[in-house]
Amino acid sequence: MEVLVFSIFNGLLYGMLLFMLASGLTLIFSLMGVLNFAHASFFMLGAYFAYQISGFIGFWPGLVFAPLIVGVIGAAVERYGLRPVHKFGHVAELLFTFGLAFVIEEVVQMIWGKVPVPYDIPETMNVAAFTWRGLDYSAYRLFMLGASVAIFLALFVFIAKTRTGLIIQAALTHPNIVSSLGHDVGKIFMWTFGFGCALAGVAGVIGGNVLGTEPSMAITLGPIVFVVIVIGGLGSLWGALIAALFIGIMDNLSISYDLSLYPVLALFGVEREVEGIMQDLVNLTTAGLAPVLPYLFLVLMLILRPRGLFGTRDV
Amino acid sequence: MAGLVRRHGMWVAAFAVMLVLPWIFQTGFAITMLNQIGVLIVFSLAYNMLLGQGGMLSFGHALYFGIAGYFTAHFLNGVGEDWLPYFPVTLLPIFGGLIGLFFGIGIGFVSTRRAGTVFAMISLGFAEMATALTLILVVFFNGEEGIQTDRMVGPEPLGITFGPDIHVYYLISFWCLVATAAMYVLTRTPFGRMSNAVRDNPERVEFVGYSTHRIRWLAFALSSFFAGLAGALHALNFEHVGFETIGLEQSGLALFMVWIGGARNFVGPILGAILITYLNSNLSDITDAWYLYLGILFMVIVMFTQGGLSGLVFMHEPIWKTDYRLFGRMMAPYALGIGSTIIAAIGVIGMFEMIYFLSTRVTEETIAVLYWMEVDAASALPWIACAAITAPGVAACRRTYPPMANSYNEAIAAVKGRMAP
Repeated sequence: MEVLVFSIFNGLLYGMLLFMLASGLTLIFSLMGVLNFAHASFFMLGAYFAYQISGFIGFWPGLVFAPLIVGVIGAAVERYGLRPVHKFGHVAELLFTFGLAFVIEEVVQMIWGKVPVPYDIPETMNVAAFTWRGLDYSAYRLFMLGASVAIFLALFVFIAKTRTGLIIQAALTHPNIVSSLGHDVGKIFMWTFGFGCALAGVAGVIGGNVLGTEPSMAITLGPIVFVVIVIGGLGSLWGALIAALFIGIMDNLSISYDLSLYPVLALFGVEREVEGIMQDLVNLTTAGLAPVLPYLFLVLMLILRPRGLFGTRDV
Repeated sequence: MAGLVRRHGMWVAAFAVMLVLPWIFQTGFAITMLNQIGVLIVFSLAYNMLLGQGGMLSFGHALYFGIAGYFTAHFLNGVGEDWLPYFPVTLLPIFGGLIGLFFGIGIGFVSTRRAGTVFAMISLGFAEMATALTLILVVFFNGEEGIQTDRMVGPEPLGITFGPDIHVYYLISFWCLVATAAMYVLTRTPFGRMSNAVRDNPERVEFVGYSTHRIRWLAFALSSFFAGLAGALHALNFEHVGFETIGLEQSGLALFMVWIGGARNFVGPILGAILITYLNSNLSDITDAWYLYLGILFMVIVMFTQGGLSGLVFMHEPIWKTDYRLFGRMMAPYALGIGSTIIAAIGVIGMFEMIYFLSTRVTEETIAVLYWMEVDAASALPWIACAAITAPGVAACRRTYPPMANSYNEAIAAVKGRMAP
């Protein structure tokens, strides 16, 4: 029972982190048609900046400044890098962001080295928030959950209630009309891109010290974020939320329960002790399959329902 | 006969070069590199069947390369351990190609309904899935260690044992030539033309009555065949297949080669494969920052040209064909533009090298070797020097690029003027 509760809790946490990345990515995609391959790289930059800033002036200023810097870098990338490529079409834009992800990883290695940096949980938070049936739950994880839920609510209020949010919503579906109403669509693109990157930066700040801050963190998380936005439906924040939570919880459950898949095979009369290739199948467990599952869902989703859970148009 | 030579002169020349190369570069290092280049030429041409000719950007094409490599390694092991019948090693690339084709037909069917971003995402999904599986299916993939094999199996006709690298060189270059010719012929068939049409205007292709899905699927399957062939050659070359051959890194390498070399014409990927493999084996020992430079080069090419390096060369073709004397006026602006680019690059590379040196050193040593000089990277002087090279270099680039573009436009205008009656 406690395993179930804790893994759901951890799954929620991981899911909310994924959502923070996915929400920015899906906004950018539906606004500009650009799949930002470097999105997780901005997540990584957030973590590294937070590590650097927290070394100087502490965790809390880092939580504010690191995402701001990431956001400004993102806006600059859109303005000076992506916009000139726009005329070559979406594939060129995707190639540009792919190159950017590659370059950011190299730059991070150049500055901070190839090994993980010691970006730690702040001292004050490194205590057990509560203990339940003998299992401690750290205060920092509770803070992560609270912060991500707060950001999620703020994002929804921003999109649904503010004037800027309404313009963004309008530009999602009718960019030409928004432009002819006198809004500077270029500027909207730039700041949405920067805003999405800043959200990824926040995720990096609060997630980097739990997931580990290292140069490969972008490439391990990036593809999963793509899975989230495709399953949720491109352009749909609700879809991204549900898909992110689903993947987060599924990942945690399959690891903590670690069931063997042998009983299923036994139904087909497979022997426990087999030689050769079949041995791989007999030894399969859900924990082993956990890294494959998101992509399996991605492929199934694209085949069965290309628009995703809540998407309004086919990808 | 003369007409035959004129029409196929390029292929005869390529065949001659292929025969002669190992006599010019005799060192083991050079042969190893040539082998690698041969494998990667096939792989990047296969990749370009998708990207350049079919308009499909894939992040997972190494899947077919790697899978075919694993199957080839297991096949060789099976022959060596006598639980599989003998099969000539020379023909194994066909086997690898068929493995690639098999997976390409299956995965291609579900992923080629759409091109563009969707296709890219599905390909990434399959690539990640396969990468994860390499660590799960231990018997087949053997985790991070990969599969070792031995290419010296079975009878040895004419003393060809495939023991020395030079035997493998001729095997690889033979298949490289055959595969290149086959892929070139494919671009000339109605299928090749339809593939281009699907890339440029899928909607119209549908109206004409073709199925874009079918054409993409066929292109995908054929491309997987050649990727698999390259994978089998890779396995034979290294006698080892590792999990990195399947993943995003290998696909990204092909993407870099194709796009830097130029996806818009047939020789672009060949050029890219040669250039990047050459630089990779020579520069990666000299500088840690080589991948950074590669990434920056890629981004610059994405931002400023669509045809890659070969595109830059071929855009001068009409001038050359009309009157090579037109180049006379372009010499000075081109020299200035290229010169200032080199100056700016020297300054920037100097700074990158010093940053890398300072962040990756293990001792307190601060004396770095930069451009064959010993400099103290912790002191201000080399930084000021680099900045003093970079700033005027960049300023010069800003001044010299417009005249460079102008001289090109004028030459093209002159060409057009002469073509007009």
